[in-house]
Amino acid sequence: MPKITLPAEIDNIETATDFINGILDEADCSMKAQVQLDIALDEMMSNVARYAYTSNVGDVTVSIEILDDPRRAVLTLTDEGIPYDPLQKEDPDITLSAEERKIGGLGIYIVKKSMDDMSYAFEDGKNIVTIIKNI
Amino acid sequence: MTIKKEFENGILTIYPEGKIDTSTAPEAEIELKDDVAAARKLVIDLTDLEYLSSAGLRLLLRLNKTMAAKDGMIVKNVNDSIMEIIEITGFTSILQIEE
Repeated sequence: MPKITLPAEIDNIETATDFINGILDEADCSMKAQVQLDIALDEMMSNVARYAYTSNVGDVTVSIEILDDPRRAVLTLTDEGIPYDPLQKEDPDITLSAEERKIGGLGIYIVKKSMDDMSYAFEDGKNIVTIIKNI
Repeated sequence: MTIKKEFENGILTIYPEGKIDTSTAPEAEIELKDDVAAARKLVIDLTDLEYLSSAGLRLLLRLNKTMAAKDGMIVKNVNDSIMEIIEITGFTSILQIEE
């Protein structure tokens, strides 16, 4: 499975995005699905960069695999930071007005709503977030 | 990401190009700060924007709050994938969006 391991920093999101776009281009992924996957990666990797490691910066591994029936991209982010299940994050109340709106939780909500599946596992001391998008 | 700007009669029109995401939203906010403070009304033309992530949405929300105290903010020429993000996050009821 193609994968890339980088220090979990905001500045490396672009490198990870270029990496998945290379695979998605080869797979003739629709532009819309690709944009949504890029956004999902931005949301998930920025979470790891901000919250996973408390003292020194650790790594994040991004892997992507194209599967058939239905044709889909399986994107996985793995880090060795503090255990954190993004699926436990409460959805923001999207009916509130601008004044009442809280700023957090929006990114994970976008991922949940725009992807076809999202799952979390904590294995061997690693957070593993897997998202699936039909392409 | 780059932002073209036009300022006329107190109306600031901005044309962000590329992506507004985690990496680019902070620089966009700094880039716009002084002009937005001076503007009476803000028009955001998204014709050349590829996409925005939640960091971009948060930027729009903050700009919207700043401009709400003045003559407001309009977002226009929103492409389909950006509109979908705006819709699923409920921002359609917050932002003033024009065709």
